[in-house]
Amino acid sequence: MIEILDILLTANFWAAALRIATPLIFGVIGALVCERAGVLNLGIEGIFTAGAMAGWMAVWLGAGLWGGVLVAALAGAFFGLIHAILTVPLGLSQHVSGIGVTLFATSLSYFIYRTALPDVSSPPRIEAFQPLDIPVLSDLPFIGPALFQQTPLTFLALFLVVATAYMLYRTPLGLAIQAVGDNPAAVESQGLSVYALRIGTVVAGSAIMALGGAFLTMSAFDAFFFGMVNGRGWICIALTVFASWRPGKALIGALLFGAFDAFQVRLQTEVGTFIPGQVFLMMPYLLSIAALIVVARRADYPRALLVPYFRGQR
Amino acid sequence: MIRFEPRGPVPVSRILAVSVAAAVAALILAAIPMAFAGLSVFEAYGLMIKGAFGSFFSFTEMLTRAAPLILTGLAAAVAFRAKLWNIGAEGQLYAGALASVAVGTGAISGPSYILIPAVVLAGALAGGLVMLGPTLLKTRLGVDEVVTTLLLNFVILLFVQMMLEGPMQDPMGMGWPQSEPILDEAALPKLADRMRIHWGLIIALVASLGTYFLLKRTVWGFEVRAVGENAAAARHAGIPVTATLVRVGLLSGALAGLAGVGEVAGLKGYLTADISPGFGYFGIVVAMLAGLSPIGVVIAALFIASIFVGADSMSRATGVSNYLANLIVAMALLCVLVSGLFLRFRIRFVGSPAAKETSR
Repeated sequence: MIEILDILLTANFWAAALRIATPLIFGVIGALVCERAGVLNLGIEGIFTAGAMAGWMAVWLGAGLWGGVLVAALAGAFFGLIHAILTVPLGLSQHVSGIGVTLFATSLSYFIYRTALPDVSSPPRIEAFQPLDIPVLSDLPFIGPALFQQTPLTFLALFLVVATAYMLYRTPLGLAIQAVGDNPAAVESQGLSVYALRIGTVVAGSAIMALGGAFLTMSAFDAFFFGMVNGRGWICIALTVFASWRPGKALIGALLFGAFDAFQVRLQTEVGTFIPGQVFLMMPYLLSIAALIVVARRADYPRALLVPYFRGQR
Repeated sequence: MIRFEPRGPVPVSRILAVSVAAAVAALILAAIPMAFAGLSVFEAYGLMIKGAFGSFFSFTEMLTRAAPLILTGLAAAVAFRAKLWNIGAEGQLYAGALASVAVGTGAISGPSYILIPAVVLAGALAGGLVMLGPTLLKTRLGVDEVVTTLLLNFVILLFVQMMLEGPMQDPMGMGWPQSEPILDEAALPKLADRMRIHWGLIIALVASLGTYFLLKRTVWGFEVRAVGENAAAARHAGIPVTATLVRVGLLSGALAGLAGVGEVAGLKGYLTADISPGFGYFGIVVAMLAGLSPIGVVIAALFIASIFVGADSMSRATGVSNYLANLIVAMALLCVLVSGLFLRFRIRFVGSPAAKETSR
């Protein structure tokens, strides 16, 4: 018990939790806006991979770090556009299209990586984002090392939570996005374009998702590996339901998740000899399923989620 | 302005034509990344065809690769028909493989005519049981099965790794995470001498015929289609929707489990954590290419298998990444999705005189 408390009371632990949560925050915010507009985006796992690869490769080829972030976002937007065209005006199955985008984005990223670097066994490294050293704030006891010694992308993720919440609840655009996910026919009767709103939201949401991938190669690690996304995208889809499609709750969910993950790594070093490591690695997935079960009953799905809308029908 | 008008029932010939068109479109689109990688496209496709069909050996390799794809394709096709989105065939495959190895490495002993059915049954049962969980969560509690089946893939793979590094590790395996070899009596017989092709292909073909019969010729098959088309209406018509979905889930999982059985009891002889290069996910592509038809699944699986085997061989000859195969398969899925529109809708250009005549 004492040891557990010791772990929870170190700033180091909370810094790690926030670091692990960062890609999930990008992913869940991106997934959340797509679903708010009525489009489930299972392309997320592939879009993460594409963002990770594209951002890393841009920097490796000589772009600046923020240039890499921009390239990653554009890659995400590109795959988001494919998903949006297939599911919105064409009205195809959102499940299957999303899986298709994941397969496409993942294999294209791997193919480009391997084509650019045919015989490299250890991936080339880049100069990744360094933790910011904010004067005064990062010197604060506990909070300083936990919150203010993160890389810029973590702050961008936190900013996006606030910006998305403001956009969704306080701007006409946000209200229109919510409406298009609940009752597209009503939006159409207001003279707004359902297609434009949905396509735009999916493209923007996918660009945000890709930043989660970019964080992996440009902040957490400094290189691209095969399989590095490793299911994080799917966990974001689960977190979206857990968060009831609210940005604030999404942040809390991602942080809880990061805290749990950081905790299990530390616990593993204590009891690792008694319990196989795989048990700890399973936990995030089992926890996501458990979270889904807990909230399923009161899940307040956007009413038009998964329902294609055809102009002029009904 | 383009408009889509729903079509009536679709003849089989048109499904076939559209799927072939989609496959061809994917092959044409794949020329772009090939050219980008510096390949001569015609030469590359020549090498791929030779790699998949060029010799008796390569042809049997292609069929060996097709067997698990037929089964995972059937798993997806059956479930998708009832709009049960089982994305967990990968995990169900591993569960089937694990169970068949657990039974086949000495848990029971006896002659082949007892052991082989036991191993096959254990694998099917394990796969079915894995899918039972997400199905019940969907029908009882309304938990989205897409996410649960997906997440279970990771859980099961980790569980397999845990077993292979722990209780099920082969003591003679020099520390590698692999299971003991399956007993000779429990192994699926080979179909040809000195080739890797085995009875798993026969199991897959029988499963495809059986699934076809089940869906087309039985009341239950009608219920599956009714639930898939409109669950609410089916419930009104007195169809037991929950029970139907549970049975679909069990069948779908069992089919994916059988794919795992073939890979360990037929092909490899023991279990490792890398027996599947994503058969579960590619099964979705197979099912979509086949228009969810159990017979079409066989053809689609042969197509996908020849891409994989052909691209592997082409990649060895030219040094181009074999991720090209995955890329072509992914493009095939996107192409078939788009081409599906031509099945369901008649596409008209509104504003042209022809469209005005028919519009209401």
